[in-house]
Amino acid sequence: MRIPKARGELSEALAAVLHDGATTALPADVDATDETDRQLSLWTLYELSYRGFDDVDDELEWQPELLTLRRTLERRFEAELREAFAPPEPAEPFADALFALIEGFDGASVASFVQRDATAEQTLELLRYRTIYHLKEADPTAWVVPRLTTGPKAALMELQYDEYGCGDPNRLHSHLFVRGLEATGLRSEYGAYIDDVPVEVLAQNNAMSLFGLHRRLRGAALGHLAAFEATSSLPSRRMAQGLERLGLPAEMIAYYEEHVEADAVHEQLAVRTICGALVSDEPAQAGEVAFGALACLGLEDRFARRMLADWSAET
Amino acid sequence: MTEPIEFDHPDVVLCPGGPLLLRGDHVVEDADGTPHRTTRPVSAVCRCGKSADQPWCDGTHKVLPDKLRP
Ligand code: FES
Ligand SMILES: [Fe+2]
Ligand SMILES: [Fe+2]
Repeated sequence: MRIPKARGELSEALAAVLHDGATTALPADVDATDETDRQLSLWTLYELSYRGFDDVDDELEWQPELLTLRRTLERRFEAELREAFAPPEPAEPFADALFALIEGFDGASVASFVQRDATAEQTLELLRYRTIYHLKEADPTAWVVPRLTTGPKAALMELQYDEYGCGDPNRLHSHLFVRGLEATGLRSEYGAYIDDVPVEVLAQNNAMSLFGLHRRLRGAALGHLAAFEATSSLPSRRMAQGLERLGLPAEMIAYYEEHVEADAVHEQLAVRTICGALVSDEPAQAGEVAFGALACLGLEDRFARRMLADWSAET
Repeated sequence: MTEPIEFDHPDVVLCPGGPLLLRGDHVVEDADGTPHRTTRPVSAVCRCGKSADQPWCDGTHKVLPDKLRP
């Protein structure tokens, strides 16, 4: 992957720095930039810690000025998330309360639209946007493993092992998506569509990296995981039915069908054994788990509303 | 915090209102007598009878009224 196309002053200055390593070009005031520009810049900085860029020196991952910029952008983003997704008081029993919180969230759904109404073109647009996460599926949560005590650590690995294909690269979830993309005639290289995605997708992806990369935010990372898994089986079935309705390839349908079944397991593991074990070891994390869950649901809702508004404007 | 030396790690877990979790490699026979081999470290066997992916849970139990949930 190469450095994404700039979408404003900040991402343009950042791209220049990443090219030649001279940090003097970074603007002092990031608050003057717009959200898309900030989220793209943060996404680019995070990517230095995933796969990096072909046109960037790997050494820059730990460049102090770039870390300072990342921290500034993260602080602002985390404050926005905390303001938008303040959790309710933790209730008992923990697993039931977390399931209830997730089930009670009434968010907009792109899967329902794909199931019944979307055109092939709209569905392909959605699949392109989904590449940003699905091609690194489970990776942001992998950062959390060493920060956990024995119970939640083993529980998280039980789930992650399945996401990573139980050791079989052919079954790795992100690779199932690669197969689907190839069969559909879409690009499957990591980050291929980063220049096309709306800000809502960047924010979703950045929230996962933010939660995953900070030990302090381990509770939010696992709450995010729980909400993600618990809102996947039924929507994945709707996606599979929509793809079938549109005559899209079996490989792409298989990706979603795998998630119907896998995430019916994963939601139980994530809520009960992973978050349950975390909160039993670290009761103070209960609120953080709920915050991470609401952030996951809220950011997906925001993305879905954006897509549904764009698509209804087309018809 | 002191961590326990022995942890609970049951082979079968009944999830309230949801599936039965099965750890490890097993063959599950569905209601029609067809055998299904597990394919993942933990599998979820449907207990509500409403999954479209029998014998596995597909999350359908969550949209059932409380009295129909296992
Ligand atoms: S128990 Fe989940 S669908 Fe039946
Ligand atoms: Fe997955
Ligand atoms: Fe999953």
